[in-house]
Amino acid sequence: MPVLEPFVRLAAGEDPKEQLAGIAKYVLLPAVAVAIFLAMWSAAAKTIITESGELPSPTATWLAGKELFAMHQQQRADDAAKKQDKLMQAVQFMVDAKKLERRASSANDTDKTTLLSNALILKKKAVQAANYTPTSAPTFVDQIFTSLKTVFFGFILATVIAVPVGVLCGMSSWFNAAMTPFIQIFKPVSPLAWLPLAAVVIIWAYRNSQPGETFFDKAFLISAATVSLCSLWPTLVNTTLGVASVDKDYLNVARVLKLSWWQKLYKIILPASLPLMFAGLRISLGVGWMVLIAADMLAQNPGLGKFVWDEFQNGSSLTYARIAFSVIVIGVIGLVLDRTMICLRNLVSFGNPAAA
Amino acid sequence: MQMLHIGLRAPHHLLLLLLMLASIAGCSSNAITLEDLEAAAAKLEKADEERVVADGETASSPTEESAVTEILNIEKPNLKFGFIKLTDCAPLVIAKEKGYFEDEGLSVEVEAQSNWKILLDRVIDGQLDGAHMLAGQPIGATIGIGTTSPIITAYSLDYNGNGITVSNEIWTKMQENDPELKKPQPKHPISANSLKPIVDQYKRDGKDFNMGMVFPVSTHNYEIRYWLAASGIHPGFYNEQNIQGTVDADVILSVTPPPQMPSTLEAGTILGYCVGEPWNQKAVVDGIGVPVTTNYDIWKNNPEKVFGVSEQWNEKYPNTHIAVVKALIRAGKWLDEKDADGNLVNRQEACQILSKKDYVGADVGVIEKSMLGTFVFQKSDVRPMPDFNVFFDHQASFPHYSDCVWFLTQMRRWGQITEPKPASWYAETAKKIYKPSIYRKASAMLVAEGKVDADAFPAADYDGYREPTSEFIDGNTYDAKDPIGYINSFTIGNKEDSTLEKQ
Repeated sequence: MPVLEPFVRLAAGEDPKEQLAGIAKYVLLPAVAVAIFLAMWSAAAKTIITESGELPSPTATWLAGKELFAMHQQQRADDAAKKQDKLMQAVQFMVDAKKLERRASSANDTDKTTLLSNALILKKKAVQAANYTPTSAPTFVDQIFTSLKTVFFGFILATVIAVPVGVLCGMSSWFNAAMTPFIQIFKPVSPLAWLPLAAVVIIWAYRNSQPGETFFDKAFLISAATVSLCSLWPTLVNTTLGVASVDKDYLNVARVLKLSWWQKLYKIILPASLPLMFAGLRISLGVGWMVLIAADMLAQNPGLGKFVWDEFQNGSSLTYARIAFSVIVIGVIGLVLDRTMICLRNLVSFGNPAAA
Repeated sequence: MQMLHIGLRAPHHLLLLLLMLASIAGCSSNAITLEDLEAAAAKLEKADEERVVADGETASSPTEESAVTEILNIEKPNLKFGFIKLTDCAPLVIAKEKGYFEDEGLSVEVEAQSNWKILLDRVIDGQLDGAHMLAGQPIGATIGIGTTSPIITAYSLDYNGNGITVSNEIWTKMQENDPELKKPQPKHPISANSLKPIVDQYKRDGKDFNMGMVFPVSTHNYEIRYWLAASGIHPGFYNEQNIQGTVDADVILSVTPPPQMPSTLEAGTILGYCVGEPWNQKAVVDGIGVPVTTNYDIWKNNPEKVFGVSEQWNEKYPNTHIAVVKALIRAGKWLDEKDADGNLVNRQEACQILSKKDYVGADVGVIEKSMLGTFVFQKSDVRPMPDFNVFFDHQASFPHYSDCVWFLTQMRRWGQITEPKPASWYAETAKKIYKPSIYRKASAMLVAEGKVDADAFPAADYDGYREPTSEFIDGNTYDAKDPIGYINSFTIGNKEDSTLEKQ
């Protein structure tokens, strides 16, 4: 963290002048830049006003964000209360069912069957009520988690495909030649184009199953598959490059030691190409996060994309403030994901300079 | 009643049991089972008996209890319904928010969908259990316009609720053609007569006259066509090759999503449109267009949206379907509740609920404009329209066969149904799609439970055909029992061989 570094060094008693310059550069300057940006944003918000809406000010955005989190808390509390209610109801259903059963024992034949079947239904209802899950619409916070889940699922799927294919491309120029047309043609395709095709495949795969019976939601898989299709290319290309550019000396050593193909792969090629592979993974995750928002919007998968789309359709006076807030949240999450990948890459790169 | 009684008298026992149940649920990964509940119930009963003995009260004897009636066995208690952000999804939202679904033992999630196509696809492939649909969608899906997959409806969500808006420029030209329109409050209904010379001029200049509607089988498509054709403007035919419906068209109609209507009008891509609320009022508020007529003026109390489920879903979960319709009937009734003076008493609250971000989400003020019984044509022309949104009155929620037949006649009139069909086909198809029997079962149960009066529903001998009516803008008479005659009564539109009437 370059932001904290000058402070730590200052505390450690290093040259104060140099450290103060560091503080000015890494702390003051960005703060001033942010302040200028906020001022410009405020000014723009006062000017950009149309009949159908206006640019939200930073304050409005902040308030909308606070409201979204308050709504989340409220929803959680309501759901918990509802669950309690349902539990109480479940016990009552059970008591009623028992009453009916007792009544049935002294009733005539026709009534008896009805009463017994009613008791059975009440028991079923009791179990359902006891295991009630809230049906409220997902809150903003829920949407963030759904989006993260989707992006990671899609990203892992992409990695599982891209890394082996990339390694093969790097190791064999023949295989690479075969794959090149696909990489070249499919790499620039936008998520909006992949989505309908991903959808038709997923719907075909799930044609015989009812929602709820399957492990994954269709919309979730469509969204995740779209993320994979868009984000696997950087990993693939970088892995190929990494594997192809393994130092010839290493490969000669492998030949001298008479390593088997698998040994060569695990001991030499993979370790040597890891830094570039991780650079690819980092770009892939970034692309995946960017694509996800668009995929969520179209696939109706719950997530930040759907949140933004629903807000856009709402067109209420709060719409633009909420969208602005989500934009900031999306950006911050993207930043955190990127930093995480840099950390991972640094773990495997043997002293390579860590370019931001 | 008995349930509540116990609950109120022995709260501390219940609390104890709750703690016990909660610990069961919390400790193990398994869900709460029947055994857990039985144990809990047994404890509660025992505690209750002891208390009764201690207080010296007599337990109520079984003979005092009500007559034996069957309880509806719900096959699928957890449901997900889709809707589009429009005010006429209100019955679904109200049934959820006012707890009517819960009363039936259903836990329902309602989820906004991004457009009509996705909504329909998701009902067909089972991701949604049911949805707020355009009345034409179950019909189109069943007879195979666009998608083929049988969809049925047992509940009609509302009557009316749409309007036709033209741009300011077209409105000025219409006023020039008809000085009567220059008055602050011109005579209504406004026909497309004054629009005809403008369309003709566009045609002479070789320019397209573009207008928007929301979906090929939407009510809006048939309404704007009806309005145009009533004044001799040809809106174009559909055929096997031309699924845009622009054969012989004077006016080119294209699909535009509802929220984008006003901005598309402002951009000049279209010169007018037919859409549901709040998108006509939005044009007035923003000053970019003038609503010229509502669908109430085109046909008084015309069907608009329905609650659709796939036929397969209904076969699998028949009791669940009845329970859903029961809840929807109560919601519709709540929405149309009136006081002695005939004022709608619950609409204000309904607007508040609909304005929540997970439902329609627009500002309350905008939603209220059409929901509270007035309609703004121009700033100088605000008219009371108490029947602009009807959810329950006039049997609006009953799935009338005649409503289905009307859509079929329009689909044939404009060529979406490509082959001539005999009159019997119209009646049979309506019976395939509209299911009043389910509605009847649900309403009978509500009457038995004392929740709705029996006279709120059509009489038992009602055959599902509304009385023939001539309350149309062109004055034609619609008798659903004579669909061929109705199709042939139009000047513009496909014509049928009159022998089909008797078949």
